[in-house]
Amino acid sequence: MSSLTPANPLVLTIGDLQGNLRRLRKERFMHVLLFGSAALSIGISILIVFTLFREAWVFLSGLIEQSGLGALIDGGARPGWYPRDGRFDLPTIVLGTIIVSGISVVVAAPLGLGAAIYLSEYAKPRTRSWLKPILEVLAGVPSVVFGFFALRVLGPDLIQPLFGTRTPTSLLVTGVAIGILVTPLMASISEDALGAVPRALREASFGIGARRSTTVVKVVLPAAVSGIVAALIVSVSRAIGETMVAALASGALGQAPRTVNPTDTGLTMTAAMAQLAQGSDQVVGDTLAFQSLFFVGAVLFLMTLALNLVADRIVERVRNQY
Amino acid sequence: MALTLNAQRSSAEAVRASLTGGKRDVRGMLFMAALLACLLLAMLTLIVLLWDVVAQAIPVFDKRGTSFLTGELGSNPDKVGVSQGIWGSLMIALFVVVIAFPVGIAAGVYLQEYAKPTKLTRFIQLNIRNLAGVPSVVYGILGLIVFVQGLEWVTGGRSVIAAGITLALLVLPIIIITTAESVRAVPAGIREAGMGVGATRWETTRDHVLPYAAPGVLTGTMLATARALGEAAPLLLIGAITGRLASAPGQSIVERMQGKFTAMPIVIYGWSNEVNKPGKKTGLTFEDLNAAAIVVLLAVVLLLNALAIVMRNRFEKGRQG
Amino acid sequence: MTVEEINVVRPLGLGETSGRRGDEARSVVGGRTGLFTTADLSVYYGSFRAVRNVDLSITEHEITAFIGPSGCGKTTVLRCFNRMNDLIDSARVEGIVAYHGVNLYDPDVNPVEVRRRIGMVFQKPNPFPKSIYDNVAYGPRLSGIKKRNDLDDIVERALRGAALWDEVKDRLKASGLGLSGGQQQRLCIARAVAVEPEVILMDEPCSALDPIATARIEDLMQEMKQRYTIIIVTHNMQQAARVSDRTAFFTTEINEESDRRTGVLVEFDRTETMFSSPTDERTEQYVTGRFG
Repeated sequence: MSSLTPANPLVLTIGDLQGNLRRLRKERFMHVLLFGSAALSIGISILIVFTLFREAWVFLSGLIEQSGLGALIDGGARPGWYPRDGRFDLPTIVLGTIIVSGISVVVAAPLGLGAAIYLSEYAKPRTRSWLKPILEVLAGVPSVVFGFFALRVLGPDLIQPLFGTRTPTSLLVTGVAIGILVTPLMASISEDALGAVPRALREASFGIGARRSTTVVKVVLPAAVSGIVAALIVSVSRAIGETMVAALASGALGQAPRTVNPTDTGLTMTAAMAQLAQGSDQVVGDTLAFQSLFFVGAVLFLMTLALNLVADRIVERVRNQY
Repeated sequence: MALTLNAQRSSAEAVRASLTGGKRDVRGMLFMAALLACLLLAMLTLIVLLWDVVAQAIPVFDKRGTSFLTGELGSNPDKVGVSQGIWGSLMIALFVVVIAFPVGIAAGVYLQEYAKPTKLTRFIQLNIRNLAGVPSVVYGILGLIVFVQGLEWVTGGRSVIAAGITLALLVLPIIIITTAESVRAVPAGIREAGMGVGATRWETTRDHVLPYAAPGVLTGTMLATARALGEAAPLLLIGAITGRLASAPGQSIVERMQGKFTAMPIVIYGWSNEVNKPGKKTGLTFEDLNAAAIVVLLAVVLLLNALAIVMRNRFEKGRQG
Repeated sequence: MTVEEINVVRPLGLGETSGRRGDEARSVVGGRTGLFTTADLSVYYGSFRAVRNVDLSITEHEITAFIGPSGCGKTTVLRCFNRMNDLIDSARVEGIVAYHGVNLYDPDVNPVEVRRRIGMVFQKPNPFPKSIYDNVAYGPRLSGIKKRNDLDDIVERALRGAALWDEVKDRLKASGLGLSGGQQQRLCIARAVAVEPEVILMDEPCSALDPIATARIEDLMQEMKQRYTIIIVTHNMQQAARVSDRTAFFTTEINEESDRRTGVLVEFDRTETMFSSPTDERTEQYVTGRFG
């Protein structure tokens, strides 16, 4: 060994190839730090799930003690969500959420998809370069501003005269406002889906003499259908979770009778939560009424999570497809 | 001879006619018009909203001037102002900058530059995408239980600290996802060049990858800040004050940060529910004041958004060219 | 178990083992016949074997060319010599790459240090989007050279070494991206030699360049081999014949089970021999242009 080493200065040892230890340590430290930042997201998820379900369980066990789980479905003659009276009729607020998100999809789906098709298939690059940013700015408008707009303009000046609702606020107004709010999202995801359709498919269609509109309807849309479905699901999920518009424009304040009529005032799950929280200055926070907030939150979380997971699967599949 | 010439001419005309589209494609035009209408309708809402709000806000700035910006919450529409809301929103933005920027950028860099495609990595990615879809009101519950109640000794309870941390976590996925996307767009040659002269992974990231991705990363951070400034739902749960917020002169900054607070979106929410009685002196209603508050919030939020969009488009164009 | 013991029992496959860290060569492979010696080198991408069982030995102060049809794994093998394959998540290396007798894939070896000692020039010129000066000074700065004077000297020496100094000495602060393709590639060579490596790996360095720029780089390589050992991957047989002292010919074989192509080393010899009287029939067919 010794005969090799000193005789030839070019013989290396592993020690020579270990590099600068200070830099090596820094690299390892940064690796750990960066990994920790990424792993933090798991911590946040665990915290969310843990707090939601622990508090929801506190509510449920309290409810069982007080009146039994049956209170979650009000069997009375005039059922409704009256948390201060210990009446937690889940169907009231779930129906409210379904009506509102249903209406918002009816608004956002055609508007968003239409806008996406126009931007992706028709607009010239220059037109697109200023139309699209406006749509994106619309996406940036805070939802509380939309709530104010629904409450002061959309409700009294448009929806009430148009549909003859009794009050300027209603589930219908909320649904329409949320629909406009999620339109940019719907447009953006749909446009991605349309953009993922290979150009060759369009060219093949043009090549056999099809018109642009025929190509869009018969070739591009069918090819992008799963992406568009994903866009719809994400929009529904977003509409379900939207809080401020519902809290301001759906008309009910903290309590509401069960209804299936969109022109009525009502409560969504999110509006019920916001209004429960708002009253919490007075209610201290330990009553069953306040804790119902966490239970509703847990249900809301599960609904949106399920929708998001489904949409995510679809988007992944589309990405692998092309 | 004459016959064949004629035949040739007529067939040429037929070709010309079909090429110039003998009859117009009415259905196609209608289809396109309908699509354009969808886009314009969405934009029209934005324009009406802005128009309406600005028109209603002008008299407020006219009559109240800067006292609207320096005044405090209260019940007299002649006197109230949004200073506390601005302060709260600035504090929240500060927390987003201090917590969400570094952590989000670090996580985005990790996922794109360091993470091997293991199950854990895929799980983290899925988890982040799902976190981005969790309704903001649910983050409010997290804030209430963990930061208001659990960490009360740090946050002081229903305080701007609890709100700031909560909103920082809320926008974290946005920053992570945009960072990862812009880092992914960095050409492999840049990395190979850095590593090829003996830079470590981190040195390559710090000196070459991040500077190259900077415009995209910055875009994400601006969008995230705008989102945090506009969020109201989590703040309602954390307990931002919607009504009157008395000022306590002589408070230290820490005391103020641990005390009761409000923020611009909450001011707007609170005033939306106020009775519309005009003030005696100015004749302004809370609805007018609210329009002015919205103008203040929108000015900041939309400016951030617009800057982010412009920057992203520049960035994309520069990379292509 | 102490550190020493772990070192002793770690299987090295070939050569001698010594227990001491740092003061003596610990794993000496293949004696001193070559600067690099590979033994039974195979590279996998996931489950796909890209190259198998490569045994070759690179001689100091020579230019070795790797030639072969595309997909034959010549670039993959090249990237084993400075552990650039580590950057590809799915890549896995089996066998031994010994550099001065030390296995580069020993777990104690720091790939960052390997890359400092063994520089690389890439297919597409890839200067940093920084000034010419900063491009060249980047490597030395990493090793802790901070003094302005020292850096100035290094930058000048490196740029002279890459035959670029006269063209850029008046605009060192200008962006490296403003140079022509050939100049950019010489800037990349300067960047590589600035950290005083012993070896320079070149991965098709002229494939993106015009004939004049290519000729300049080929001339430069002849000058550089006095100081460095060069391994060049090229798809251009004439280039290999012009510049190299030794040539390794790789080709692909179809794996009957998976129907996928795996690269193999067919023949490795002095360049004259390879182009005039190759032993293997496949080499002859390739160099005479009958296949590939």
